[in-house]
Order: sequence, then C-alpha cells, then structure tokens
Amino acid sequence: MMNKLAIFAKGTATSATRHWLMQRVTAIILIPLTFRLIVFLNLCMTAPYQETVAWLKTPLNTICIEVWLLAVCYHSAIGLQVVIEDYVANQERQVKLIKGINLSFLFLAVAALFFIFRIM
Amino acid sequence: MAEFTLPKNSVVAKGKAFTAPEGTKNIRRFEVYRWDPDTGENPRIDTYELDADLCGTKILDAIIYIKNEIDSSLTFRRSCREGVCGSCAMNVNGKNSLACTKAISDYPDTIKIYPLPHLDVVKDLVPDMTHFYAQYAEIKPWLTAKTAPPAKTERLQSKEERDKLDGLYDCVLCACCSTSCPSYWWNSDKYLGPAVLLQAYRWLVDSRDEGTDERLEQLDDAFKLYRCHTIMNCTDTCPKGLNPAKAIAETKKLLVQRKA
Repeated sequence: MMNKLAIFAKGTATSATRHWLMQRVTAIILIPLTFRLIVFLNLCMTAPYQETVAWLKTPLNTICIEVWLLAVCYHSAIGLQVVIEDYVANQERQVKLIKGINLSFLFLAVAALFFIFRIM
Repeated sequence: MAEFTLPKNSVVAKGKAFTAPEGTKNIRRFEVYRWDPDTGENPRIDTYELDADLCGTKILDAIIYIKNEIDSSLTFRRSCREGVCGSCAMNVNGKNSLACTKAISDYPDTIKIYPLPHLDVVKDLVPDMTHFYAQYAEIKPWLTAKTAPPAKTERLQSKEERDKLDGLYDCVLCACCSTSCPSYWWNSDKYLGPAVLLQAYRWLVDSRDEGTDERLEQLDDAFKLYRCHTIMNCTDTCPKGLNPAKAIAETKKLLVQRKA
C-alpha cells in the first residue's frame, strides 16, 4: 500500500484503492479455485502418483492450480501487510516486517511453481 | 506494538461512594469515571445513589442532578440537552451515546458512565477533541467551487440531489462512532475515522461541490480511508441512527470507479 513498502505491488503501489481492490479480486478468484485444489489434495492423498501427475498435466488443472498458487500468495501477502500496518506502530519495524513477508511469499510462489513444473 | 494493557497511571481505582438518604424509594445507582489532572492521582470510579423521582428521565438529567445536588466537582460537557449539539457524548454501560437522548429507565441496575474511549481525558467525562476536529478540518468540510455562482440565485439543487444529503448532513460530530472504532483506536493518528469520513462523503455527493477529484485523491490513502475494515461499530453506536459504514463503502466505490 505504501510505495516504499511495496514489492508485489510495484508500480501500482501509489494507489491504495488498487491495493484494496486486488485484495477483493484475489479473494473472489480463490473461491472457485479452492474447490479445484480440494480435488487435487484428495488425489494427492488417495490416488497413485502417476494418476495425480496425469490429472495435474491436464491444461485446465495446471492453470487452475498455478493461478490458485499465485492468487493465494498475493492475497496472503497483501492481507498480512494490512494486519501489520494495523498493529505494528513502529514504522521501521513495520517496513522490515512487510518486506520480509512480501519476499517470503514471492519466494514461496516461485518455489511452488518451479516444483509443479518439475513433477510434470 | 499495540498496547493491550493500561499504563500504571491509568489503572482505575475504586473511588468515593455517595449513598442515598434513608427512606429514598426509587434509588438509581451510577458509577462514574473521575479523573482530575491537577491531583496527579489515578482515575477512580465514584458511586452515586440518587432518587430517580427527583431528577429528569434522561442520563444527562441524572448527571446534572449529581453535579447540582451531590458532588459539584463532577465535570462534563452538555449544551442543548436534546440530541442536537453532540456535546454530552459519553460511554454509557459500554456503548457510546448522547447522554441527553438515553432514558435512565432503559438501563437495568447500576449505570456505568465513562468518557468516550481512546481519547485523552481533559477531566472526568470531558475528552480532548482537538485531534478529532483537526481531522475534520483536513477534509475541507465546506463547498469548493471552481465556477462562479449564478448572478441572481444561490447554487441550486434539484430535490433528488438534495435527497442524497439526507443521513449525512444530520451528523452532529459527537465522535461516538469514531471512538467506538477499533481501527481508530489503533491508528487515530493517521486514520480519519468514521465521523470524518461520513462528512467527507457528504461533500463528495453534494451536487454543488466541484472538488470531487481532489477530495477523492486525498482519500486514496492506505491509512486515511482504508483502515476501515467494515467492523460496523460506528453504525451500531451512532446516537443519530446514521450509517457511517455505508458512507465509507460508497466512498470506496467512488474511488474504484474513478480508477476505472
């Protein structure tokens, strides 16, 4: 939300409205995609490995799971940023925490995408 | 980090008790927050018992009775005593309201009266409203027009345009809503709060105002507006029955439309 704090929202960070809107948009995107994820998790736990990979290789499923990953990481990062802005009054600590959280989710998103492509 | 406990000098102690004279039939008990900056003592809760038959029907009547008949040192603000000026805003039994509009009979047993939460206390039930008024001034609560007014008339509105101001212009700036908002408690230095945002929206929807873009630009801020997390305490507590949460939501919609 604040320009100096942004990593994910670089370039758009001057607009608090866009940040607020993206929170809502990613939340709505996540609702249908989470149902797809449940199917995937169910397969992970109950189906053989080859069958799970075959399911994941279907273009629709690949897109769904990847978009879910990106949306959940983005949504979590901006959501936690709001929580930190609310409750951490010390500006310096606030900046550090938000940068740390944004970097963590960026790393998580990249790592998750990498491993999905690797098993396919 | 946010503070979740009171500092030592704010811990509230038990205060004096003023019991009703023997033979009083209709006794009502009031516990009132007291703090005098001149004594250097911690705040305390004084207990007053009074004969409800001898004072008026509203909470403010009881407080005035206490000041006149029992303890003249009790300090509070009041003016119109009919819900128009907003001076007697205080916390009654845990909910912010105007003392002059709340009936004593609506409250069972002991009635607890505190100043508005999370504002500095000047004395007893008098909060410091300086910052609240400064925030109000920040949104420029007056008509801004770039065009010259019509030569022979005022700036006119249609009936429909005027109707949009209902539920907005009625705000008496008592600060009940802002001081009931947890977001305002944590970040009142930056967050404008529901009362001021309701007033900001009042000027955004005024058909005569020509400063909409500048007003929206000012509000497009992570802290000034977007600390509102739709908690809705503001709407729940407003003694005038207004809906600041809706005004804030409408302002967010205007900002989204502006971006689009």
